[in-house]
Amino acid sequence: MKFRLYRYSPESGEKPFMQDVELDIDPAGKMLLDALLAIKAQDETLSLRRSCREGVCGSDAVNVNGRNRLACITPLSELKQPIEVRPLPGLPVIRDLIVDMEPFYKQYRSIKPWLINDDPEPEVERLQSPADRALLDGAYECILCACCTTACPSFWWNPETFVGPAGLLQAYRFIADSRDEATAARLDNLEDPYRLYRCRGIMNCVDACPKGLNPTAAIGRIKSLLVKRRV
Amino acid sequence: MNTRRFDALIIGGGGAGLRAALQLARSDYTVAVVSKVFPTRSHTVSAQGGITAALANVDDDRWEWHMYDTVKGGDWLGDQDAIEFMCREAASAVYELEHMGLPFSRLDNGKIYQRPFGGQSKHFGGEQATRTCAAADRTGHALLHTLYQQNIAHRTQFFDEYFALDLVHDADGYCLGVTAMSIETGEPLLIEARATLLATGGAGRVFGNSSNAMINTGDGLGMVLRAGLPLQDMEFWQFHPTGIAGVGSLITEGVRGEGGYLLNKNGERFMERYAPHAKDLAGRDVVTRAIAIEIAEGRGCGAASNQGGGDYVDLKLDHLGEALIAEKLPGIRDLSIRFAGVDPVQAPIPVAPTAHYMMGGIPTNLHGQVVAPARFGPEEPVPGLYAVGECACVSVHGANRLGGNSLLDLIVFGRAAGRHMQETLRDNPYPRPLPENAAEQSLARLARWERPGSERVAAITDDLRRMMQAHAGVFRTDAVLREGLAKLDQLEDRLAHAGLQDTSRVFNTARIEALELENLIGVARATLVSALNRTESRGAHTREDFPERDDAHWLKHTLYSRAGDQVDAKPVRLKPLTVETIQPKERIY
Repeated sequence: MKFRLYRYSPESGEKPFMQDVELDIDPAGKMLLDALLAIKAQDETLSLRRSCREGVCGSDAVNVNGRNRLACITPLSELKQPIEVRPLPGLPVIRDLIVDMEPFYKQYRSIKPWLINDDPEPEVERLQSPADRALLDGAYECILCACCTTACPSFWWNPETFVGPAGLLQAYRFIADSRDEATAARLDNLEDPYRLYRCRGIMNCVDACPKGLNPTAAIGRIKSLLVKRRV
Repeated sequence: MNTRRFDALIIGGGGAGLRAALQLARSDYTVAVVSKVFPTRSHTVSAQGGITAALANVDDDRWEWHMYDTVKGGDWLGDQDAIEFMCREAASAVYELEHMGLPFSRLDNGKIYQRPFGGQSKHFGGEQATRTCAAADRTGHALLHTLYQQNIAHRTQFFDEYFALDLVHDADGYCLGVTAMSIETGEPLLIEARATLLATGGAGRVFGNSSNAMINTGDGLGMVLRAGLPLQDMEFWQFHPTGIAGVGSLITEGVRGEGGYLLNKNGERFMERYAPHAKDLAGRDVVTRAIAIEIAEGRGCGAASNQGGGDYVDLKLDHLGEALIAEKLPGIRDLSIRFAGVDPVQAPIPVAPTAHYMMGGIPTNLHGQVVAPARFGPEEPVPGLYAVGECACVSVHGANRLGGNSLLDLIVFGRAAGRHMQETLRDNPYPRPLPENAAEQSLARLARWERPGSERVAAITDDLRRMMQAHAGVFRTDAVLREGLAKLDQLEDRLAHAGLQDTSRVFNTARIEALELENLIGVARATLVSALNRTESRGAHTREDFPERDDAHWLKHTLYSRAGDQVDAKPVRLKPLTVETIQPKERIY
C-alpha cells in the first residue's frame, strides 16, 4: 500500500516534507495504526503518539486523507491510496505527527471542568434520576482526542479566545449535571464575544468526532440557556 | 542536570497515582505527578466493567461477604488484613468518587447502579451478589477523567510526557526522588521529594496477546529492580477469559454480569461443567482455564486448527436485547463491531484468554509503603518510597484478582498512600542531602543508548513477547519455563548489542521504547524465575506438573531479586485487622 507521511524533525534543520512510503501489508482487518507501526519498525525515526490501540485513550488522532481520525480505529481498507497522514491541523508541530496539545488543554481547563457543589456532602451518594443521568450521555464520553477542535475553522482562527467544541461540550457536561450548582458562573464564563459565540454551526466537529458526539448540539443548548436568562 | 523539588512526587498519572496526588494536593504539601503520557491516556481509561463496593443498592450486601469473596478469589494468597481494609473502605471510596462528579449509571431510585460480577457471592459463597458499581461500560474512563478534573481543580503540578528513569536513594536506603527525562526535549531532570510514590501500572506488554495498552511496560518495576529491591508474586498473571480473539481488546466481564454466557462449538454452555454454582461468573482464572481446555480438546469455535476445533469460544449476549446492550454495554458493542466485525445484538463475540493483569508487583503494606526484607524482617518499609495500583502487591488480589477490585484497589490504596505520605512528610520535614552520584546510573543508561549497535529494539521486543506468550502462558511446566529462560538469556544478550538508529533529542519515541524494553526484560525474568520456583498450582498460576494447591509448602509470597535471580519468600498475612481469619479451604465455584 502507498502512503504519504508528513515528516518534520526540528533538529534536522530541514523544512517539513511529505515522504512517500510503500508498505507490504494486507489491509484485511488492519487499522492505520498497524500500518504506521509497521513503517516505524523499518524507520524508527517516525514519531507518533499511541497507547490503547482501541479508540478509547485519544492519543493517536491524526489527519488522514484530509479528515481527523483516530489511527487505531481507522480501517486501512476504507482509505484511498496514497494514504496521506498529517498531524492534526492548526496546532504547532513538535515532530512528525506529534503536535503541541497545550492550546487545546488550556481551553479545556478554562471552563473549569470539575463538578462544583458546595453543599455538605451526604454520607452516601448524591441521588440522580436516570433521566437526569441521561443528560450526560453524549458528553461525558469525550476522550479529549482533539479531532473536533482541530477540525474547527473558528478554532484555527482564534485558538486563544474561542474555547472550541471539546471545551464547550465539557462545559455543557457540567451545566447539564443535576449535581453541579455552578450553572450561572459557567454561563458567565462563556458570555463574551469569543469564548462560545465564535461557533458558527460549521459542524466539522460533529463530522470528525470518532466517538459520535455532537458538540454543535451541546453548544446550541448552552446558547439557549444564555438567551433564556436574559429574556 | 536540572533539579526540581517537591514535598511529594507521584510517578504515573493513572487512577492510583491521581487519587494519591489529589489527597496531597488537598493538603498543605506540594505534589508533582510525572507521567509519560498525558494523564487521561493512562490505561485506567480503558477499564470497562466497574468498581466493586458493598453498597447494597440492588441487593443485600455486606463488606464481610466482599472480603470473603476476595480472599477466595485470590486462592488464599491475598493478605487478609489488607483485604479487610480494602473491603471496609470500599463504600466510602466509591461515595467519594460520586461526590467528585463521577457519572455513575443510576437505578430508578437515583442510587448508584450496580451489576453482578465474577466471583461475587452473598452469605460467604452463597448466591450471586450484585456488587459492582458502574458507569455504563466506561467506568474506567469516567473514573480517570473525574480524578484528572479534580487534580486540575486542586492545582496539582503535572510533568506530562516525562519518562521516569530511576529511583534516587542515599547510602541509608532513603528514597530521595527520581531522575526523569522530558520526552519532548530529551533533557534529563532530577526531581527531589521527601516521599515518592510509584503508580506506573502493569506490564502486560510483556505478552504477545494482551488487553494492555502499548504503554504498559512495567517501568516502575524496572526502577525497583535496578534499585536492588524485590518484586513479589511475579508468577501470578491474570489471563482474562474474554479478550477479542486474535486482537486482544477486552470484552468486559460485565457482559456475563448482565446475563451473557460462553458457548463452545457444540453450542454448549460449558461453564456449567467447570463451575456448577457460579458458571460463567466464576473467578477469571477458572473461566480462562475452562476456555483453554475446551479449545485444546477440540471444542473451540471457528476454522478447525486445534484437534478439529477452532481457537476461540463464543460469548453470546444477543438475548439481552438491543435496548439493554445500548444502555449498559455500548462500549463493548462498539469494540466488537470494529475489531471482531460482529454486532453482539445479532451474533456472539469470538473471545479467547488474553494476558490482562499483573497480580504481583512491588511489595507494599496496606499504607502503600514499599517493604523489603532488610535489617529487621520481611516487612520493613523502605523510607520515602511508596507504590500503589497494579504495579504494587499489597497483596489484595493474591493469586487471582476479582473483576471490579482493581479500580477499587487504585482508589482505596491511592487514598491510603496519600494520607500516609502526609505523615511521612510531617515526620521528615527537611530533605536529606543528595549523594554526589545521584544521577550517575541514569546518565549511564542514557549514554549507553547513544552507542551504535547491530540489534534492533523493535525486533527484540517482538521476540520477547512471542517467547512469553509461549512459555509463561495459562498452562506451565518446568520444561517450558526453563526453555523460556534460556530464550530470555539470548534476548538479553541481543539487548546488550542493540543500538538506536535515531539518537535525536526531540520527542524520540525510539529511545523511550528502548528504555521500556529494559523494563520489560526485568519483568519477564522475574515472572519466569518465580513461576519455575513455585511448584504448585494456585489461582492463575497453573503448573501442569504440579496441578494441586499445596498450602503446607506454598502458603507464602514469592520475593524475586535481580541479583543472582534470587527467590525468597514471606508468609501470607492471614490475620485480618479485626475479624476472624477466613481459613483456607478448597476453592470451588
